[in-house]
Amino acid sequence: MAITSAPGAIRAASRPAPSSPAGRQRTSLGRKVRDNLTGHAFLIGAVLCFAVFSWYPMVRGIVMSFQRTRRGETTWVGWDNYLRILDDPSFWTAWKNTFYFTVLALVLGYAVPFFVAILLNEFRHAKGYLRILVYLPVMLPPASALFLFKFYAYDPSDAGLFNAILKALGLPTSQWMQSPDMTMPAMVIASTWMNMGGAVLIYLAALQNIPGELYEAAELDGAGVWRRIRHVTIPQTRLILALLAMLQIVATMQLFIEPLILANGAGAEDSATSVAYLIYQHGFFQNDLNGAAALGVIMLVVLAGFSAVYLRLTAKQD
Amino acid sequence: MSVPQYRKAAALALVAGLGLSLTACSTKSDDAKNDASGKVTITVDCQPVGAQKELLQNWNDDVAEFERQNTDIAIKSVSVGEQCNNPPDFTARLAGGTVTDVFYGYMTDLQQVLDSGQAMDISEFANAETVPTWDSVDPALKEVFTDGGKLYAVPVKNYSMGLVYNKVLFQQAGLDVNNPPKTWAEVRDAAKKISALGNGIAGYAEYSAGNTGGWHFTSLLYSQGGQMLTADGKKADFNNAMGKQVLQNLKDMRYGDNSMGDRQLLQWGDLLTNAGAGKVGMFIGAPDTTQAIVSQFQGKFEDWAMGPLPGQDGPAKGTLGGGEGYFFKKGLSPEQVKAGLKWVAYQKLTPGKGQFDYARAKPQNYPVGLPQPLLFANGTEAQKQELELRKANANVDTANFAVFEANPVPIKGEPRNAQAIYTVLDAAMSGVLTNPNANIDALLKTAEDKVNQLLAAEG
Repeated sequence: MAITSAPGAIRAASRPAPSSPAGRQRTSLGRKVRDNLTGHAFLIGAVLCFAVFSWYPMVRGIVMSFQRTRRGETTWVGWDNYLRILDDPSFWTAWKNTFYFTVLALVLGYAVPFFVAILLNEFRHAKGYLRILVYLPVMLPPASALFLFKFYAYDPSDAGLFNAILKALGLPTSQWMQSPDMTMPAMVIASTWMNMGGAVLIYLAALQNIPGELYEAAELDGAGVWRRIRHVTIPQTRLILALLAMLQIVATMQLFIEPLILANGAGAEDSATSVAYLIYQHGFFQNDLNGAAALGVIMLVVLAGFSAVYLRLTAKQD
Repeated sequence: MSVPQYRKAAALALVAGLGLSLTACSTKSDDAKNDASGKVTITVDCQPVGAQKELLQNWNDDVAEFERQNTDIAIKSVSVGEQCNNPPDFTARLAGGTVTDVFYGYMTDLQQVLDSGQAMDISEFANAETVPTWDSVDPALKEVFTDGGKLYAVPVKNYSMGLVYNKVLFQQAGLDVNNPPKTWAEVRDAAKKISALGNGIAGYAEYSAGNTGGWHFTSLLYSQGGQMLTADGKKADFNNAMGKQVLQNLKDMRYGDNSMGDRQLLQWGDLLTNAGAGKVGMFIGAPDTTQAIVSQFQGKFEDWAMGPLPGQDGPAKGTLGGGEGYFFKKGLSPEQVKAGLKWVAYQKLTPGKGQFDYARAKPQNYPVGLPQPLLFANGTEAQKQELELRKANANVDTANFAVFEANPVPIKGEPRNAQAIYTVLDAAMSGVLTNPNANIDALLKTAEDKVNQLLAAEG
């Protein structure tokens, strides 16, 4: 920054000093702009990108949620779209399914990567290979990974991978995606397998930052594995755990591709319909883009509300 | 260039680039209505994709010949995917205003196209002058694309559903290949025998996802004599004895007889993949599903035959008809509409040309002889010519469709707001096909409430 400000400073010094305070202010502002031209130019690019591809669609979506387009005519309808969406019998089913998925994903998708990371951290040999193995599913395109589950693992006949394993163990087989009770657990299993690689790597990085002396001290005090995890590992990784929990919840609430591919959409008796999928259904199958926009705004408000409460709680803790 | 200048230049280039990109994005891509040579230019979608080499070549040949015959018209072809109307893509194109000047749609799309404000009234242009066979086109099909007395599209395909069955599996199961089941009780009996062949074969297969479940529910309901909506179109009318019978028949086959296979939640491609692999004994479909089984799912024409849609205690009381057409984008000049109509007429509605160029299709092994598309009214000159050409060039055994053709079932159209209603009915279909304890009354009641809500919202 020192290099960029120098030419501007020289040019400013060579001009006559402005006589009035207003003139001085303008010159000072102009100098600031010139000095930071590069920064502003780069900023304009980023702001334009956000404005065009994020903020404008968001504002447009909010506007659309209060409008209705019929026969090419758009009219303002106030809260009608929201009332209609609230009245949709699938609305509460979709929220129930989405919350159920989020809770299951927290139990499975959040805890499993943490314990896998702890396990990997304990290995002395082949660490690199194991990390690659854990991360490999992340490199698969999500659609391909889900098709693998759909046709190979979740085949409801005895030929399916999971059913073959269950049968070999003498356990009852499952209909997987064809059973309304198993739809959500099956989607969480697939989703966890697909996505845990990234979380494991983040946890591993956090684990490696914990000073070894803390564990040594705990061991000297007679702490076993679980007490070391509880009193050293978890407190030391608390911030990263908190951050990932929030990201996980926000991501899982937007559940979409899993029902679309694994359940061919709504699944058995609407058991896979998520809020994001319901938005898609209204927008693209029910000729109801305005209703879809209203549902999108409701989802935005819920997620923003959750994030705000969460940030407030974690800020207090810190 | 010094480091700061370099950075500034890079930053300014970035901004300029972004600005240009955005300008490019916002610029409407539709070319001038008349090109430099004074030709009327129209864009048309549904050009086959690159992977469909022969079909693409046929299309391009048709364009070249049409332009040779009409030197004042230039056709710009646009491919929108193998399935010309994948509903989500179609909706996005409509909402974004990026449909072509002349664009393909299903009969069920009229309402959506009108709501989007993209449809042009072509009533005053569609006549024997622009479409020479116009007076032969079945008036019932024109009616489907008419709203408030105004015509918005030209029909180019029409079908009705029947029972499609695999002759090889029929023979193996000891069934008469020339006498397909005529009632749902006979279907159930045949399905049991076919599924007893084992090897993962489903005696009867049915859709229950991706809107296709609701689509077939409609046809099954029509076979019972039912209707999806009340006569005024304002309420659902399937939660009754006939609707319950439809679901009960399926539940009996799925869980009573275990004759529908393990894998459910099927949609179009899933079922036809299984059919192409010889794993499906029967399903309901239009004649051209056999074409899809062969061209896309590696099946064989000679394996498939078709009978009329079965009824509950005798012949079916109705079957679902559907089809496709070409809409015209609002704002076209009269010259463009006329040019578009001429093109559609040439490629889709002229015996011996385009889709009716059977002499070209025969050696390419595309099916000739299917009882479809039913575009021309009975007794018209165009129908006579089309049937003669079809017969002369048939490369599929027309006897396989003889029972279907000899036993016509009254055709009923799709309900208002069909795609939205089909989405709702998927849940009822998936319910009886995936849950042995499914409560049919509850499934239909839920679907009825949802459809009524949809219709109320439509106003």
